[in-house]
Amino acid sequence: MQLEILKTYKLYIGGSFPRTESGRFYKLENKKKEVIANVCLSSRKDFRNAVVAARKAVEGWSGRAAFNRGQILYRIAEMLEGRKMQFVEELILQGASKATAEKEVRQAIDRCVYYSGWCDKYQPLFGSVNPVASSHFNFSVPEPTGVVSVIADENSSLLGFISVVMPIIAGGNTCVILASETKPLCSISFAEVLATSDLPGGVVNILTGNSKELHTHFASHMDVNAVVYCRENAEEAKAIAALSSLNVKRSFMWQKDWSKAEQENPYFIMDLQEIKTTWHPIENIGVTGAKY
Amino acid sequence: MSKSISKIKQVTKEKRQKSVKSPPTVAKRIASVSSESSVAKKTVGIFSSLAPAPESSDHIQLKSQYDLFINGKFVKPLSKIYYDTINPATGKKIASVAKGNEKDIDAAVKSANKAFESWSKTAPKERAKYIYRIARMIQERAREFAVIETMNGGKSIRESRDIDVPLAANHFFYYAGWADKLEYAFPNRNPKPIGVAGQIIPWNFPLLMAAWKLAPALATGNTVVLKPAESTPLTALKLAEIIQESGLPDGVVNIVTGFGDCGAALVNHPQINKIAFTGSTPVGKYIQKAIAGTNKKVTLELGGKAANIIFEDAPIDQAVEGIVNGIFFNQGHVCCAGSRLFIQENVAEKVIKKLKERMKTLIVGDPMDKNTDIGAVNSKEQLNKINHYIKLGQKEGAEIFQTDCAIPSNGFFCKPTLFIGTSQSHRIVQEEIFGPVLTIQTFRTIEEVIEKANNIPYGLSAGVWTDKGSKIFNLTTKLKAGVIWANTYNKFDPTSPFGGYKESGFGREGGVHGLLPYIKF
Repeated sequence: MQLEILKTYKLYIGGSFPRTESGRFYKLENKKKEVIANVCLSSRKDFRNAVVAARKAVEGWSGRAAFNRGQILYRIAEMLEGRKMQFVEELILQGASKATAEKEVRQAIDRCVYYSGWCDKYQPLFGSVNPVASSHFNFSVPEPTGVVSVIADENSSLLGFISVVMPIIAGGNTCVILASETKPLCSISFAEVLATSDLPGGVVNILTGNSKELHTHFASHMDVNAVVYCRENAEEAKAIAALSSLNVKRSFMWQKDWSKAEQENPYFIMDLQEIKTTWHPIENIGVTGAKY
Repeated sequence: MSKSISKIKQVTKEKRQKSVKSPPTVAKRIASVSSESSVAKKTVGIFSSLAPAPESSDHIQLKSQYDLFINGKFVKPLSKIYYDTINPATGKKIASVAKGNEKDIDAAVKSANKAFESWSKTAPKERAKYIYRIARMIQERAREFAVIETMNGGKSIRESRDIDVPLAANHFFYYAGWADKLEYAFPNRNPKPIGVAGQIIPWNFPLLMAAWKLAPALATGNTVVLKPAESTPLTALKLAEIIQESGLPDGVVNIVTGFGDCGAALVNHPQINKIAFTGSTPVGKYIQKAIAGTNKKVTLELGGKAANIIFEDAPIDQAVEGIVNGIFFNQGHVCCAGSRLFIQENVAEKVIKKLKERMKTLIVGDPMDKNTDIGAVNSKEQLNKINHYIKLGQKEGAEIFQTDCAIPSNGFFCKPTLFIGTSQSHRIVQEEIFGPVLTIQTFRTIEEVIEKANNIPYGLSAGVWTDKGSKIFNLTTKLKAGVIWANTYNKFDPTSPFGGYKESGFGREGGVHGLLPYIKF
């Protein structure tokens, strides 16, 4: 008999897989109370390190051609497809039935493809050329808001996770995301997909741990531009909204049923975009204003 | 930019038109500041015979006392307390204004809540017609609005006449047309009104901000409780008269004047579904915190500290006009004011010299005079704050420049001020002064100026001056600000979205993007 190699589940920060700096862990058990894994219990310091990595990645990722971002998101779908069985197994290990697990993985792959397509298409739909009355050319475009911190869905640990990450990075943002505490396995394995998809390090950073401990830091960090909260805890949601005011962080409560088709749409992308308007004078123009 | 350039033209034109006898004060004042440079000498010819051209206030209708506008009627505040609203150019009282409190806000919100039932179901085409009507009535009474705006706020009559009032009317006209076309603005969605919007507006553009807030809210089928700034309530109350005359159903718009407690009551009222706030960043943060844990939607248009960047290849004379317009427009009481000037090192001396010469031609004084460039500071508190920063700038070691123009002895006035040789760490560079105070820094490379321009918590607006198109697009892409003026500054239009990045707030006002804050799917 050949002994099974057990996987050490680690964090994903700046494109590498470190353990938590705190050295802490928590035991993940299955329904039979058997230990499945020792999972990193991330600290505030891990979060801060991840924000540094995410901030560093903003310029490169937001500066990529939208078409290129689309290709990378599509590559993520390709990588996920190739590792389908691994994710099914992990979902089953976390308590899902085989049929549910297979369905969730299929939906997750489709969602990656869906947002891949949006990368270079939301701008003309949500941007505008504005017919101002003076002799100026004036246009508005969506731009990524920057670094987004996310507390991901607790129950939908693969589809819920991907449904949130994809619109954020499709729009050129980078993120730090706290995976489901009770079902972290496939969220961390998803990092392996990202790491082999030409996604630059630091664009998506994944932590595991306890929301009660970390949610205030996710909301209060002064170099985070937006925070997304996907869980049901009203107390945590309120604290996040309140702490966001420290630096006028954009805060969003995305408590959704991610298995529903309507929970994939470009309005998720637009939540994490800023509208920038540019003016420029037009030479030699009649008194009636711009000719557009 | 064109507006600023036209200032001189306008002055000469009005000089020709007015042949009133020339009181010596203005001419002397101009001559005394203008005798130093050659450019200024040329202008002496224009200004030396300049007569005051005060706008008449005869045709305006002002009551001695103003009540709250709730449920379509003017009602006395429950506290029975009134406060004086003054003319900051003279310090004299104009009228008594009702001091609303929590109970008045409650009455207003209830009236708005009741009105929402029918207003939200009113045919969009009919909604549009009410809003068009309001736009037209503002246009008809534009002169009256301009005079009252200037009397109550201190801004020059030329600005209230040419910018504030026409833009306010245009905002209503623009958004009126959206009322029956909303489904085209949101692909694959069915937009619906949110409910009652609580709107809190500042004192720097009292009528215009009321228009920015009311027009999109009404077009999308919401009802409103509006709280004007305590120091500038009059044009909002005149607008209430128009709203009443327009036949807009009772309770759709309610206007409650008062102080901070009144605004706080509005923010915290449980029947408010949406807050729209324009004002300072600290108050914006307070609001964001206060509504945490509720379902209230919010948009914040907060402070700014805009970089205005002049490259060596910029059209320098136009850039100087843009700098002047950027910081001295509306006495610098502009959240998007170009208050941090960055000049590329090799043209810095030239730009600063021209800027100083141009500043010497600026007329500070009676806002009702059509020749006036810089009117009165809005309040004594604000003047104290500006003066505090002017002292602080000197203490921080920056070189100060002010023209030696005479300023009226009554009222609240501030000379246009430059600080040369400032650095990123100076508080006058980092903090919003909200007055006619410009800080100047120099830079060598594009990377350096982008870094410096973005290195601030604010991100409302920025200016870029260069002759090179690719450089403009490089800069506009990298500057973290909601509005970028390239080779122009301080331009506004109802079709153009306005709003900030970072601590300058979120949400947009104007254009198709200005609808989103007032709808739900």
